Amino acid sequence: MTGVKAVEVRGLSKVFNAGKPNEVPALVDIDLVIEPGEFVSLIGPSGCGKSTQLRLIANLLEPTTGEVLVNGKPARTARLDQDYGMAFQQAGLFDWRSVVKNVELPLELKGWDKARRRTRALEMLELVKLPEFAEHFPWQLSGGMQQRVAIARALAAHPPLLLMDEPFGALDEMTREHMQAELLRIFGETATTVVFVTHSIPEAVYLSTRVVVMSPRPGRITDVIEVDLGPGRDVDTREADAFFKKVTEVREALRGIQPAGVEPDIVQVVDEP
Amino acid sequence: MTRVRRIWTFALALVLVAVVWEVYKWIGPQDGGTVFGWTILPRANDQAMPHVWEMLSRYAEPERRGSSTSIFVVVLTGAWFTLRLALTGFVLGTIVGLGLAILMARFRFVERGLLPYLIVSQTVPLIALAPLVVSWGGKLHLGGFEWPRWLSAAVLGAFLAFFPVAVGTLRGLTSTPPASLELMDSYAASWRQTLFKLRFPAAVPYIVPSLKLAATASVVGVVVAELSTGLAGGVGRLIIEYAREATSDPAKVYTAVFGAAALGLLMAGVVALVDLLTMRNRPREATE
Repeated sequence: MTGVKAVEVRGLSKVFNAGKPNEVPALVDIDLVIEPGEFVSLIGPSGCGKSTQLRLIANLLEPTTGEVLVNGKPARTARLDQDYGMAFQQAGLFDWRSVVKNVELPLELKGWDKARRRTRALEMLELVKLPEFAEHFPWQLSGGMQQRVAIARALAAHPPLLLMDEPFGALDEMTREHMQAELLRIFGETATTVVFVTHSIPEAVYLSTRVVVMSPRPGRITDVIEVDLGPGRDVDTREADAFFKKVTEVREALRGIQPAGVEPDIVQVVDEP
Repeated sequence: MTRVRRIWTFALALVLVAVVWEVYKWIGPQDGGTVFGWTILPRANDQAMPHVWEMLSRYAEPERRGSSTSIFVVVLTGAWFTLRLALTGFVLGTIVGLGLAILMARFRFVERGLLPYLIVSQTVPLIALAPLVVSWGGKLHLGGFEWPRWLSAAVLGAFLAFFPVAVGTLRGLTSTPPASLELMDSYAASWRQTLFKLRFPAAVPYIVPSLKLAATASVVGVVVAELSTGLAGGVGRLIIEYAREATSDPAKVYTAVFGAAALGLLMAGVVALVDLLTMRNRPREATE
């Protein structure tokens, strides 16, 4: 299957509440091709449509114009085939399910039998290093642990693509750095393609092979920065000159963008009824 | 520890009510009192307010002169009869309530069309409705099935019970966190999968309190139905019979009234058990 792109976005635009007085152009003219095995971050100020773009790739929203291909298929087909896993800022675990049952959820929906999905779920908990918490309930876990369970859940069906919407945004700095290292390890072990939405510059640089810089009103891509820090990134990477150079480069790219906040931010990810 | 304390506070509250009763009886006006011309203070004489100990000791005495069974046994038998009807009504009402809530959550137009009628239905006086249900039941012939009179009482219990369940469940089913719904969407889950794996379990903290209301409402429904249709055998019928003897035997009616109250508590207790079972793995904030 050479030549099949993980994600292909062509001429994409999204207008919320089209035709109504409160019409909001969220994204215009987005073109983006992501190769399998890439780790791509979308970065930009609030209201730049990065979450919207992720939801369009996930087919949780329909584009106004343009097309989205995931794994060479239309986004809708890819969603129905569960070709991607998704993780949000809130871990969003189900309170009434044990940790292992939470990880089993996507497999259950796919109709896997009990023994098979239990084996896979326990494997996934090994991967995120939480095997001893399988029978715990989500509220007994810390925020970082919950987020790891959410990642295990997103990867349970071994999707080729992982979509993450500010997954570490609600964590403290220490946990956050630890989670980034864990994510890189998992990324290395599973050969998953990742699209990662963040508003943290160091996070984007540390994790990504490519950083996509976006600007608000309307959201569009203003810059794409390759990050050639190599695969074996660790704590020393964060203190290396090459890392700081990239952080500065991304910061410069963001500086060209008019900062949001002069007028009220429009952060909208769904149509109003 | 907390459970022991809860039982203690419950017992204490009962004693407190008895004390208030006796204190009012002691200081209150014998023939009722008027405030600004209105007779609003209850009469405190022995006929209107028998002593607490008289009501309690009445349980040990026979139902009527010459009868060998104590009134305790009679009230207990009546309460058991009513309990079975109330349970039937509660189960029926819960099924109907859940069904309606699911329908309303699935189709917005059903909610818009149906909810006003559900609210109106609860304003219809039960006493007016009871004879109607009995006569409808009498006209119903489903093959060899004969509509028994007790079923009418159970249906009236269900009529009061379904409403809180329908409203509470609807509230619960429609307040699912949007992020969780989005997650289910990302798995391409069907509406039915989303209902059973997400919406319904997420609604349990809303459903359980509504079941508590339904449990007590079904007792009220059945007792009122017994009163207004003259169905014999239950505690409702006992209340009406004993009330007629209030002048000669004022403590008697209270034995039946307490029986009915105990039934409501028992039903609420059953639901509390359900609560304990369904919520045992939930975070504490969600249960209290």
